[in-house]
Amino acid sequence: MTKKFEVSTGIAPEIGASQIELLEKCCNATAVSGDEHEVRQIVLDEVKVIADEVKVDALGNVLATKFGRGDDRVRVMLAAHMDEIGFMIVKKHDDNLFEFECVGGIDERQLPGKSVLVGRDHLPGVIGAKPIHLTTAKERKNKIEVSSLRIDLGPEIGEKVKPGDRATFATRFELLGPSIRAKALDDRLGVATLIELLKHAPDNIDLLAAFTVQEEVGLRGARVAAYAFDPDMAIAVDSTPAYDLPHWDEEDENVQYNTCLDAGPAIYVMDRATIADRRLVKLLTETGDQEGIPYQFRQPGGGGTDAGVIHKTRSGIPSTSVSIPSRYAHTAASIARLDDWANTLRLLYAALTRVTPELLAGERRD
Amino acid sequence: MKSLIQKLVETPGPSGFEYKIRDVIREAIGDAADDIRVDALGSLIAKKGTKTDHGLRVMVSAHIDEIGLMVTHIDDSGFVRFTNIGGINPLTCYGGRVLFMDGTRGVIGLDGLDRGKMPKLSDFFIDVGATSKKDCPVKIGDVCGFERPFLDLGKRMVAKSMDDRIAAVIAIEALKQLESTPHEVHFVFSTQEEVGIRGATTAAYGVDPDVGFAVDVTRSGDTPRPSTKMATALGDGPAIKVRDSSFIADPRLVDWMVKAAEDAGIPYQLEVLEAGGTDGRAIQLTRGGVPSGCVSVACRYIHSPSEMVDTDDVENAVKLLVKLLSEPIKLG
Repeated sequence: MTKKFEVSTGIAPEIGASQIELLEKCCNATAVSGDEHEVRQIVLDEVKVIADEVKVDALGNVLATKFGRGDDRVRVMLAAHMDEIGFMIVKKHDDNLFEFECVGGIDERQLPGKSVLVGRDHLPGVIGAKPIHLTTAKERKNKIEVSSLRIDLGPEIGEKVKPGDRATFATRFELLGPSIRAKALDDRLGVATLIELLKHAPDNIDLLAAFTVQEEVGLRGARVAAYAFDPDMAIAVDSTPAYDLPHWDEEDENVQYNTCLDAGPAIYVMDRATIADRRLVKLLTETGDQEGIPYQFRQPGGGGTDAGVIHKTRSGIPSTSVSIPSRYAHTAASIARLDDWANTLRLLYAALTRVTPELLAGERRD
Repeated sequence: MKSLIQKLVETPGPSGFEYKIRDVIREAIGDAADDIRVDALGSLIAKKGTKTDHGLRVMVSAHIDEIGLMVTHIDDSGFVRFTNIGGINPLTCYGGRVLFMDGTRGVIGLDGLDRGKMPKLSDFFIDVGATSKKDCPVKIGDVCGFERPFLDLGKRMVAKSMDDRIAAVIAIEALKQLESTPHEVHFVFSTQEEVGIRGATTAAYGVDPDVGFAVDVTRSGDTPRPSTKMATALGDGPAIKVRDSSFIADPRLVDWMVKAAEDAGIPYQLEVLEAGGTDGRAIQLTRGGVPSGCVSVACRYIHSPSEMVDTDDVENAVKLLVKLLSEPIKLG
């Protein structure tokens, strides 16, 4: 595909009004795992004017390549997933009430009463439950099973909905001072970051940008994207929970915060799916230290990112992940800090400029 | 052989951090291999032999990682919180001693020892003797294994990480004793098995073998009231795996391995494990599929700091592996 304007290589990316506007567009779009169409269109519009090659593969991943210059360029894959958690309409009941299931790991406790948008036309509905004055004390003790909830769009609007339609929370993007409040910050933050890095891709590498599908249901898009790209190394760019609220009822420290807001990009050393290649971790921390960019380590333990399947592709790909922290992940509305996003973008860009063949020349060690 | 076993089991190397083990193995192999390389996930692959008309490309996989712990948080008083690398049983933790990759040592303690309840891993902490966050020598992301010295009881041997360093020793000994082979053999010392057979998955893709064998420990049914009844017992010889919960060995390979053991007069037993998994699965599901089997060493107290194997079983496993690799492999 032809480039329509010169890419600004050598200039570090920053977060400004147009980046925030793009993030808003991405967050407000509907792209539940398996039907990433709306976000894919936004991504394609952005990347086809900057990338040297763009392809949409069989699963719907957008694979965009920006070639560098010079010999011995390292092929670096970055992955950000376009899909979000959401719902799928399962069955229509009487009176235009729709039974639904959750797609991806949604916190089911906070569903009743939420506003949703259904289908590609974003039809507005509400997740309803039995009114409280008709419940028993026993029922009120437990969370309401998803199978007892219904999406209600009323007549006329409800006629247009059918089983298989996907739905998301209706939360709209908003800037709250230094914070962002939106749905799907996981992983529209990653998508927006990756678009920005493509625009500023440094010359020393070939940047293989994978905007993946179906991460939330099992890292499926990334598996085939990594096979196709067959890169030298990979970094997944995602958003990870910050459980950094104080313990209300104990004097103890919170020792399971995962990440903290305002502490910068979260570098992964280990999650349930990947043990990070320490050479890449070192590249990121040395970059942060030298450039004065704050960073934190995501607490090792559970969870997973696209790196989980990428690193096991073919004969193995050195990989890790970097995430922007956000509170209330996998609920209707998450909160992230603009500065954490900006620092993630800066850290990744600066790290990419430092990638050389020597980085991966030796053995994987500490 | 016992000194190599001791060296390997006493060197720390949890999944993802096997680099010290690789160094020991490289030294032990010396120049007995035709070629040694290390792949992207850190697996060490030692090649021996050239494929003849009667030969195949054979992959033998023994995993060199062990279960361990990774630091998640240092609290204000210098106590260290951790998460597991691989399958850690909380029962094995309290009072355990750990050895970090940089040589720091510590003890595992437990929040409010309530003897009625089975603790979770998050109830434990490591005490390295620090008094504050500032003077604590370890940090988030640091990695340790359990520490317990190798114990030679003559007929039996006890150590932590017999799973699967004993197989690494068997593979090294087989490599050194293999005088002639019609095959091109790739001895893979694989990484990250304990977290999901990851090293073997990528190594098998890279080697692209015609046939494969894992070498690993397996449970035994010879202790009082074992959790699952099993015929496998220490001292009854290397075990030829029929299946475990992740993998059904190719029956043609099982038959061929049985015949080879009987021809060579090597004691053996058959193993049916209703649990567990090994590198065998990773090899079997590579690319378009690979006929795979597994040679197992019966082991008591797996994933505790004191795993026990039988010395004769280990020596016979070496003999069996050498026999299997010295002749053409006939499938059915």
